[in-house]
Amino acid sequence: MYRRTLLAGAATLALTAGAAFAQDDPVKAGFIYVGPIGDGGWTYEHNKARLAVEEEFGDAVETVYQESVPEGADAERAITQMALSGADIIFTTSFGYMDPTIAVAEKFPDVKFEHATGYKRADNVSTYSARFYEGRAIQGHIAGSMTETNKIGYIASFPIPEVIRGINSAYLHAKRVNPDVEFSIVWAYTWFDPAKEADAARALIENGADVILQHTDSTAPQAAAQEAGNVITFGQASDMSEFAPLPRVSSIIDDWAPYYIDRVQAVMDGTWESQDVWHGIEEGMVGIGEISDAVPEDVKAEALELKAQLASGEYHPFTGPINRQDGSVWLEEGETATDETLLGMDFYVEGLTGDIPN
Amino acid sequence: MIRLEKRPQPSRTWTLASPILAVLLTMIVGGALFAALGAEPLTAIRTIFWDPLFNPQFASYSRPQLLVKAGPLILIAIGLSLGFRAGIWNIGAEGQYIMGAICGAGAGLAFYPSDSALIFPLMILAGALGGWAWAMIPALLKVRFGTNEILVSLMLVYVAESILASVASGLLRNPEGMGFPGSRNFRDWDAVANTEIIANTGMHFGVLTAFIAVIAAYVLLARHIQGFNIRLSGEAPRAARFSGVNPAAVIVFCLGIAGALAGLAGLFEVTGPAGQISIDFNSGYGFTAIIVAFLGRLHPVGILLAGLLMALTYIGGELAQLMLGLPGAAIQLFQGMLLFFLLGVDVFTNYRVRLNLGATA
Repeated sequence: MYRRTLLAGAATLALTAGAAFAQDDPVKAGFIYVGPIGDGGWTYEHNKARLAVEEEFGDAVETVYQESVPEGADAERAITQMALSGADIIFTTSFGYMDPTIAVAEKFPDVKFEHATGYKRADNVSTYSARFYEGRAIQGHIAGSMTETNKIGYIASFPIPEVIRGINSAYLHAKRVNPDVEFSIVWAYTWFDPAKEADAARALIENGADVILQHTDSTAPQAAAQEAGNVITFGQASDMSEFAPLPRVSSIIDDWAPYYIDRVQAVMDGTWESQDVWHGIEEGMVGIGEISDAVPEDVKAEALELKAQLASGEYHPFTGPINRQDGSVWLEEGETATDETLLGMDFYVEGLTGDIPN
Repeated sequence: MIRLEKRPQPSRTWTLASPILAVLLTMIVGGALFAALGAEPLTAIRTIFWDPLFNPQFASYSRPQLLVKAGPLILIAIGLSLGFRAGIWNIGAEGQYIMGAICGAGAGLAFYPSDSALIFPLMILAGALGGWAWAMIPALLKVRFGTNEILVSLMLVYVAESILASVASGLLRNPEGMGFPGSRNFRDWDAVANTEIIANTGMHFGVLTAFIAVIAAYVLLARHIQGFNIRLSGEAPRAARFSGVNPAAVIVFCLGIAGALAGLAGLFEVTGPAGQISIDFNSGYGFTAIIVAFLGRLHPVGILLAGLLMALTYIGGELAQLMLGLPGAAIQLFQGMLLFFLLGVDVFTNYRVRLNLGATA
C-alpha cells in the first residue's frame, strides 16, 4: 500500500515535471517575408519586430524566418516547412500569402497563423493590418502644402484596396490645402524592385512632379529624388531617415512590434484566439516619422495637429462630402466611411485622373 | 605554360563528368561561403542536398515537393532544348508559360462552376494552344522577316507579364475576391483541380506530362527523321539545307513545341501548386528552365536529372534558410555558382589542357 502511494506520488511528480518542462520549451515563432530583410522598408520593419519579440522574451522564444519568399506556389511550401520545423505561431507578412496560409493552416490545426493585410480567416488564422491611410492623410497635407509645380507623383504597387485607399486619402488631403494639385500615378506591379521604382520616380520627376509618394518598399525612389534635387519624398513602411532632412521630409512607419509581442504572449498563455485587427495611429501600429526642418513651421504644426486629431478619433480621413471619380455621391456631408467600404475600396475619389488598371 | 588545345571532337567523358565536377566545385566553394557567413559548411551542404530527401522531419513533405518544383522546369526545358539543338534561341519561355496559363484558366473560368469532366481537358488544350500561339509570333516574324528570335521572344515576356497583370486585376478577377486581384482558386473547384494523381507523391498531371515529354523527346531525337533534321540544322546548317531540310519548318516546329510545352506547364501550375492566376504566380520557371536545359546538356535524360537537381537546390536552399538562418541571397549565390562552374568546367569538353614545361613554344 505504502509502495503504491509512493509510486503514484512519483507518477504525479513526473507528470507535473513534464508539464513544467513543456512550458520551459521555448515558443517557436516563424516569419515569412516577401522581400529581403535589408529592404529598408516593409520587410525591414517586420524583421525589426521579430527582433523585438526575441528581446522581449529572451530564452522563452525562438524565432525563425525566411526572406524573399515569392507569393504563389513557393509560399505554401515555405510555410509548410516552417510548420513542420515545429513553429507554434507563424506570421505571413504579405497579402499574396493569403490562400497559401489558409491551405497550410488546414493541415496544421495546432499551429497558429497570423496573416498580414488579408481577409480570409479560420479558427487558427488571424488577420492584422494597419490603417496606413491615416498616415497618408498627413503625407497628403504636407505634400499639397509644399508642392510648387502642383504635380505630385505616386508610385503605386498593385491595384488592391489598401493601395487605392492610400492614393485617395493622400489626394483628398493634398487637395484640401491646395485645390490646384494634380496626381500622376504609376503602377509598378511590384512591392520591391529598386530598379523599377527608381525608373518610375525619375519619369515622374521629369514630368514635373516635385513630390514623390511611394507605396513600394525600397529606398530607390528616395535616392532618385535626392539625385534630382528640389523634390520631396516620404519614407514608406520604415523611417528611411538616412534621406532626411531632404528629400525625405517625414514618413509612415509600420510598428508591428507591440502586436507581435502580444500575440506570442497569447500563445505562451494559451489564450490565443482567431481575430481581425486593424490598428492605426491611436494604437501605435502606424507611426509618423519625424517631420524634418525642410517643412515650414506652420505646415509642420498643422500636420501634427492633424495627427493628434486622427489619434484621438476626432477626425476620420474619409469624412464627407466626398464624390467618386465618376461624380456620383459616395459620402454625404459629415458622413464617415465604414470599414467595410474601405476594405473593399476599388474606386478613385473625384478629381483623380486616369483609371485603376483592370 | 598551360595551353588549351581544341579537341577535334567534344570529349564524351567530359560531357558526362563536367556536371558532376561542377556540383562538387559548387559544394566546396559554397561551403566556404557558408563558413564565412558563420554556418557549419558541412551542415549547410547536408541541409541543401541531403535533408530534403532523407531528413525524418521534412522528407515526407519535401520529397514530393521535388517533383512539384521540377515538373514545370523539365517540361519547359525539354521544349527549349529542341530549339537550342537546332540553333533557335527561344529565351521567352516565361511569356509562353504565362500565356498558356492565362488561356487555359480563361477557357475554364468561362464555364464556372460547371462540373463537366470535359472542362479540364479543354483547359489543357487551351493552355497548350496559348503557349503555342505566343511562340508563333517570334517564329513567324523570323521566318517571314528574318527578325532575331532572341529579342522578339524575350520582349514578349514583358508583354505577357503586362497582360497577366491586367487580367489578374480585371478580366479573370475573382468576383468574390472583394476587389483584390487574382482569379478564383482552382483548387476549390473539384472539376479542374490539378491534384496529385497518387496521394503524397507530388505526382500531378503536369509532372506526368513532363515525364512523357522526356520520353517523347528522346524518341524524337534518337529515332525520328524530324529529330535528325533538328540536330543537323544546329550542327551543320549548310549540310541540312543541301539535304533538303526546310529551315522555316524547323523554326516553326521547334518554337511551336517549346511554346506548347511551356503553355502546358503554366496551365498545370495555376490549376495545381499555384492555384490561381495572380499577378506574380509565374515564379520565373521559364527563365530557370534555360539553365536546366543547358545543365542537362540539351539531352532529355540529362534535363530530367538537371530539373531534379535544380529543384533540390531550391528546396534545400529554403531549408537552409529556415534551419540555419542563412540569408536568401547566399542561397541564390550558391545556385548561380552551380551554373558558373558548369560553364567553366565545360572548357574541358571542347579543349584539352596541355602542360608545356620548359618546352620551346
